[in-house]
Amino acid sequence: MIRYLSRRLAHGVLLLAGVSMLLFVFQKAAPGDFFLGMRLNPELSGQTLQGLRAEYGLDQPLPQRYARWLGSALRGDLGPSFAYNLPVTTLLWPRIKNTLLLSVPALLISWLIAIPLGLLAAWRRTGWIDRIFSGSTSTLLALPDVLLALLAVLLALRTHIFPVGGMTAGTDAGESTAGLLQHMVLPVFVLVVGSVGPLLRQVRASAIEVMDSSYFRAAQGNGLGRTTLLFRHALPAAANPLISLFGLSAGFLLSASILVEVIMSWPGMGPLMLEAIFGRDLFVVIGAVMISTLLLVLGNLLADVLLYFCDPRIRVQS
Amino acid sequence: MKQRKLFWTAAFLVGAHLMAGLAGFFAPYHYAAQDRLHPYASPSLPHLMDCSGKIHLRPFVYGIRNKQGSFTDYQPDCSAQMPVHFLVTGEEYSLFGLIPSSLHLFGVSGPGEINLLGTDAFGRDQFSRVVYGAQVSLLAGGLAGVLAVFAGVIVGTISGFYGGVVDEAAMRVAEIAIAVPSLYLLLAARSFLPLEISPLMAFLLVISVIGLLSWARPARLVRGLVMSARERNFVLAAQGFGASKSYVMRRHLVPMTFSVALTQLAILIPQFILAEVVLSFLGLGIGEPFPSWGNMLAEAQQYHVLASCWWMLLPGLAPVPFFVAYHALADALQKKTKVNL
Repeated sequence: MIRYLSRRLAHGVLLLAGVSMLLFVFQKAAPGDFFLGMRLNPELSGQTLQGLRAEYGLDQPLPQRYARWLGSALRGDLGPSFAYNLPVTTLLWPRIKNTLLLSVPALLISWLIAIPLGLLAAWRRTGWIDRIFSGSTSTLLALPDVLLALLAVLLALRTHIFPVGGMTAGTDAGESTAGLLQHMVLPVFVLVVGSVGPLLRQVRASAIEVMDSSYFRAAQGNGLGRTTLLFRHALPAAANPLISLFGLSAGFLLSASILVEVIMSWPGMGPLMLEAIFGRDLFVVIGAVMISTLLLVLGNLLADVLLYFCDPRIRVQS
Repeated sequence: MKQRKLFWTAAFLVGAHLMAGLAGFFAPYHYAAQDRLHPYASPSLPHLMDCSGKIHLRPFVYGIRNKQGSFTDYQPDCSAQMPVHFLVTGEEYSLFGLIPSSLHLFGVSGPGEINLLGTDAFGRDQFSRVVYGAQVSLLAGGLAGVLAVFAGVIVGTISGFYGGVVDEAAMRVAEIAIAVPSLYLLLAARSFLPLEISPLMAFLLVISVIGLLSWARPARLVRGLVMSARERNFVLAAQGFGASKSYVMRRHLVPMTFSVALTQLAILIPQFILAEVVLSFLGLGIGEPFPSWGNMLAEAQQYHVLASCWWMLLPGLAPVPFFVAYHALADALQKKTKVNL
């Protein structure tokens, strides 16, 4: 167990190192930097700008800059934000929490919907249930998230049932959990609708594979009830590819939540990253990408742990 | 039954791409033609029955006039009937940038315009812009898909054929490319490139960014195929006859990956169309005055526009039939290749 986990962990750390290295190599290609726009300001001399660049280490060659960044990143400091004059970590930390507040519930809810419905669709492989199922999953797959989010906003604007935009109603209700939950409903709903389609299909496909096997037929022949058959016999055997999909769906949700956050003005990583891109706030962009990769690596690690417990073959291997 | 479905899917895709290619003919107006007196006009549907209840054989639309005391609220003007004509001459355009023409599929005679999907803030016809926007969005998705699959086949073949250090290196880089959530990767790559550029440059840039970041998945699939194909007898025989490595790869290995490459293309193109829509929506893709489904939708991001003009959302529906068709195509291809293996 420990050997298996440490190997996966080492793999994740190497991935993060690789991603950071690639990011630094590519940002070299970026034309200009944050301070280029200040050039036109008559109150700032060229010397001052050079001084500012030197202060942030932007005048050094790439390897030195990377080494400097890596050194501080290992100590938990992802560099400064030029626009806010704050450490990137201070800026990102509340944003990460807000993003997770959307994507973790969305992840759980979409899996909680996908597993029973997918099993049911595999069980009733023909007939109207399946036809409705395949029709609705292909519709879900074809609807762009952008459109879904905008439609949700439109609905909220027209009906006034749910609040639009932001996280809290204001300073007074700011800290109340009920207000927060109310603001969470729409974005989480959009994320669930956007991500549940492929999950449903995958659950159905892997459950069908199990249901064709002879041991399942035997269990069925013994007269076991439907619930026992589906959840006790089909699900564990079908779980393997689904757990691998877990990491993938986490990545999808992180991506989709950028869009949903931007459209619904949710103060998560999405709006911050977009703002940093337009402002050429280098370390914020790099930090946001690194954090999102870290989250995805953690999600995959979680999937590996689950797989370890669900699949005896992996236990024997290690 | 299955065969027929595949046929209709392919027919739809060919037809729709043709329609986008001949946008000048199918769109009644130019994408940048403005009508500043009528911003945010609602969709005008062709009628057969007029205000007084009389039935007409030729469909017509009503002109619009401002409601009393308002600049943005319109009402149909019953006195201005504009019959719809087919194959009319209108504004000049050039097909594929080569053949000058002024023939349009439909148009109205009269002082006003026919706006099947309403107009935007500048009074530009949304239907025309959606049709022209299809050129941008579909071409971007298609070219990026070809680029990604092309790169994937090359990397995958080389890595699967040579194995060893080359393979190790290529697959580690592929893992890195897959490890970052896709939109973060896309945005990061875009952020390292110039922001203020001409629309054509932006178009090429968007294609290359999307295409070159997504070679990893096809490369992994192709590599697996090539690794098993490398040991097949005819490949070994060709090598035994002294065929060069590049000849074996070109002549024997790459053709074996065609069906997988084609399936990957059908899977990737809708994803890339969506990626272009998202980038343009966020203001990082193709900019005005050129329409793309993404930058048209960006206008609906303002709440007051969204609340009062629902038709601004319609460009977001445009990719849906394409996605359905591409998904059906990918499913069919996937089943076919599985049987052949």
